[in-house]
Amino acid sequence: MTISLALEQLLNGIQLGVMLFLMSAGLTLIFGVMGLINLAHGSLYMVGAFACAAVAALTGSFWLGLVASLACAAAAGAIVELLVIRRLYDRDHLDQVLATFALILIFSEGTRWLFGSFPLYLDIPPLLQGAVALPGDATYPVYRLAIIAVGALVALGLYLLIGKTRLGMRIRAGESDREMIGALGVDIRTLYTLVFALGSALAGLAGAIVGPLQSVQVGMGEPVLILAFVVIVIGGIGSIKGALIGALLVGITDTLGRLLLPQLLTLFMDPSQAGMIGGAAASMLIYVVMAVILSVKPRGLFPPAHA
Amino acid sequence: MVLTRENAVNLTLAVLLLAVPLIASALGQPFYVTLATRIAILALAALGLNLALGLGGMVSFGHAAFFGIGGYAAGILASHALSGEPLLFDLPGTAQMPIIWLVAVIAAGLVALAIGALSLRTSGVYFIMITLAFAQMVYYFAISWPAYGGEDGLSIAVRNQFPGTNTMRPLNFFFVAYAVLLAGIGLFALIRASRFGAALAATRQNEIRVAALGIDPYRIRLAGFVISAMITALAGALYADLNRFVSPSMLAWHMSGELIVLIILGGTGRLFGPLAGAALYVAFEFALGGLTERWQFFLGLILLGVVLFARGGLLGLLAGKTKHG
Amino acid sequence: MKKILVAATMALSLGASGLAIAEPLKIGMITTLSGGGAGLGVDTRDGFMLAIKQSGNKDITVVTEDDAQKPELAVQIADKMIQSDNVDLLTGIVWSNLLMAVVPGAVAQDKFYVSTNAAPAALAGAGCNKLYFNAAYQNDNLHEAVGEYANKSYKKMFILAPNYPAGKDSLTGFKRYYKGELAGEVYTKVGQTDYAAEIAQMRASGADGIFVFLPGGMGISFMKQFAQSGVKIPVMGPGFSFSQDVLPAIGDAALGAKASGQWAPDFDTDVSRKFVTDFKAEYNRLPSIYALQAYDAGQLIASAAAKADVKDAEAFRAELLKADIKSPRGKFKFNTNQHPIQDIYLTEVVKKDGVLTNKTVEKIFADHGDAYAKDCKI
Repeated sequence: MTISLALEQLLNGIQLGVMLFLMSAGLTLIFGVMGLINLAHGSLYMVGAFACAAVAALTGSFWLGLVASLACAAAAGAIVELLVIRRLYDRDHLDQVLATFALILIFSEGTRWLFGSFPLYLDIPPLLQGAVALPGDATYPVYRLAIIAVGALVALGLYLLIGKTRLGMRIRAGESDREMIGALGVDIRTLYTLVFALGSALAGLAGAIVGPLQSVQVGMGEPVLILAFVVIVIGGIGSIKGALIGALLVGITDTLGRLLLPQLLTLFMDPSQAGMIGGAAASMLIYVVMAVILSVKPRGLFPPAHA
Repeated sequence: MVLTRENAVNLTLAVLLLAVPLIASALGQPFYVTLATRIAILALAALGLNLALGLGGMVSFGHAAFFGIGGYAAGILASHALSGEPLLFDLPGTAQMPIIWLVAVIAAGLVALAIGALSLRTSGVYFIMITLAFAQMVYYFAISWPAYGGEDGLSIAVRNQFPGTNTMRPLNFFFVAYAVLLAGIGLFALIRASRFGAALAATRQNEIRVAALGIDPYRIRLAGFVISAMITALAGALYADLNRFVSPSMLAWHMSGELIVLIILGGTGRLFGPLAGAALYVAFEFALGGLTERWQFFLGLILLGVVLFARGGLLGLLAGKTKHG
Repeated sequence: MKKILVAATMALSLGASGLAIAEPLKIGMITTLSGGGAGLGVDTRDGFMLAIKQSGNKDITVVTEDDAQKPELAVQIADKMIQSDNVDLLTGIVWSNLLMAVVPGAVAQDKFYVSTNAAPAALAGAGCNKLYFNAAYQNDNLHEAVGEYANKSYKKMFILAPNYPAGKDSLTGFKRYYKGELAGEVYTKVGQTDYAAEIAQMRASGADGIFVFLPGGMGISFMKQFAQSGVKIPVMGPGFSFSQDVLPAIGDAALGAKASGQWAPDFDTDVSRKFVTDFKAEYNRLPSIYALQAYDAGQLIASAAAKADVKDAEAFRAELLKADIKSPRGKFKFNTNQHPIQDIYLTEVVKKDGVLTNKTVEKIFADHGDAYAKDCKI
């Protein structure tokens, strides 16, 4: 276990955490402000990735694709909010779960209808290709560093938005007491649509950024969705800070766990078995961590104060 | 029993579910018998969840874990019976359904005790997520455990036996499943009408008041959760026998989601809600799947329509609002 | 007397003209047409239908349904096709776990099954059955071939597969023929999308070659990340990791990767070239190995249907066993366990006319069977 390997894995964990943060920030905002469980968040991630891949293929530019992904995901989010989500605010969580579950089906098959069954091609823009040298003799891809940078920027942007702008003030007020801000004359409906579109745009951004590294295919958002829920539960629902800390925690735990657990078990058993059991244990690790955290702090690490 | 509108609807549903396979069998169309059996078993699984969710207000997104435990109990015992190898502590496997059901129910009950004890310390959406997490843990464990097929699943070559009847014939197996479903519905009705059931419903409505009355909501909920898990596990064992196959997909979160969908489709908290929901869902899946490749798209649209416009599910539409008292 | 004479004359003349009365044959195709794995199912269906169309046999009907990669749905569809639609034969399943759910029930109801892809060891060895044929390979074959190639050319291999039975089988198959040193043996999570951790391990391991079995989206993610990482160790894998349906999505990152397969689109034979041309004309894309396997399955079934009635199971089976087809892959015959005996080649990913494809390099195995045939007691 060399320094360079450890450093590389740490960076990988941070990068995974950043990607999860982009997903969870939107999710936690939507839940915190609107009290809505949105299972279709993973579909918006997929929409962002597909939009980016399609536009990048058409125009040859990744950057245009990135803009398209933000626009398309935000638009899709706004449309969904206006047509469907709006009717669900007064309903209980069950109805929200069912409705957004139905949306997943619609989005997935709809995307397949539009784009076909085969995965799409999306590559890293030339500007961000290649790798930089790390201490030790490792190299680390520039693109992954760029992802970390984007995540940090978004975190900063969200902090400024929520903490320092009027919109942010309304959002925070909405999280505390929904009825009150309505009574105070704030246009709730527009606020909600804006928040939903913002959350969707973040998810779409995550999809577009991660697309070049992974496979752009139907259903790509679902594994990420589950992880995002784990993150916001660990972090505290409604808290952006919680989403950031939670995401980094999950990202680093998952990455280091997948590396260390099998290696640890190799001390006791042969590599083939250690690999299998270690792999299984690593898959379960994040859930174990979540269960432990919830048993100690049942509302997550940084639950926002509610009225 | 008063013939209210809801009771009339319930009776119709029960009779229809019995009639369809009988007619199909007479017409020489065994497939529809299998379809009806599938409806009965899924209805039982959703019924179990309905006890926790509809009655107790505990939205468990991890009931697939118990469904799968029941299924694997059936599969593991059957495979040991076939191969002759002893299971644990030199106990042999078995191919007798009643014993398998007992094992399935006890195993699920123990796991539910552990999961429930931890999860019920949280509430609301945290509870939903933590039940999901536990189910995922069981899922990943089952995929990685090589002895019983892992991701490939486990085949049950010959359907397990029920004393007194040849279960390989579709109609006979349907009767077994139907009888178990009726028993389950009866149990649900009994619980709902009992003091325990009243307390459970009360914890859903107002937890603080229940505590003020001197009842410990945590214990009531835990008991409700465990019983609900046991019923769902029983359905899982039947499901494994229906398909003659168990696989980790019975444990996937999609399955948990499907169970919730079944309940909402039929009408949350209603006695026959799970049956109505299961019938609707299976019928849609079957009819649409035969029509178009894009069937999931239309299924999504239909589900969306039901949530938005048919509050209270099918039973809400047919039987009106729940009458209290 | 007159009737018998007429009948005899008819039979004689028919026999003399070599034309059998084509008996109707209904085929049930169950394959994955929705969700992330749909690409393989679409290729399967398209390859199969091309063969049926080219057979010119108007009495063959095919009912197709989508299994959405769910085992219980596959079982339900199989039951419906057998009991309601009265199919004579089933085919089309891509995934081993779905196959294991369907085949035991199908053969128990006396229906033939011809597999277009999945080939688990359980059905190749002790679990084999007279009614179960495999037109593709046995799951271990392509991994064994890479193991053989690696054995000759590399000393320290790093091997990786997802942690499920097909993954474990792949590494077992690889190690059956590779006898060198292992720099690492890693099992990843099924459906895992981020391989940064594993790639870092590969770099640190000092390996001179890497074997990966990562079908579908997993392979796409891995190859893209690997190419970006700057690690320069050669990558190889079974044909599934670099099949035609995923190459466009991986892009140039796949160039130079070595794979094993029974066939590649650049085979220099008339039969193969015609298959590729016909497939392209019909579907506007290059066929993948899944399409090829399904095409051969279709040919096999059509050839048997032309000479025997499926209702006469013994006769139909005998015709299937003859494997009287012209497969684009060249030699094709059945082993005692009704799995193929065929040649397996080494291929390399290249760019031809701007399109990424697999180019044949050399033959690895000639007339290769599988390790489980000896356990089959048909």
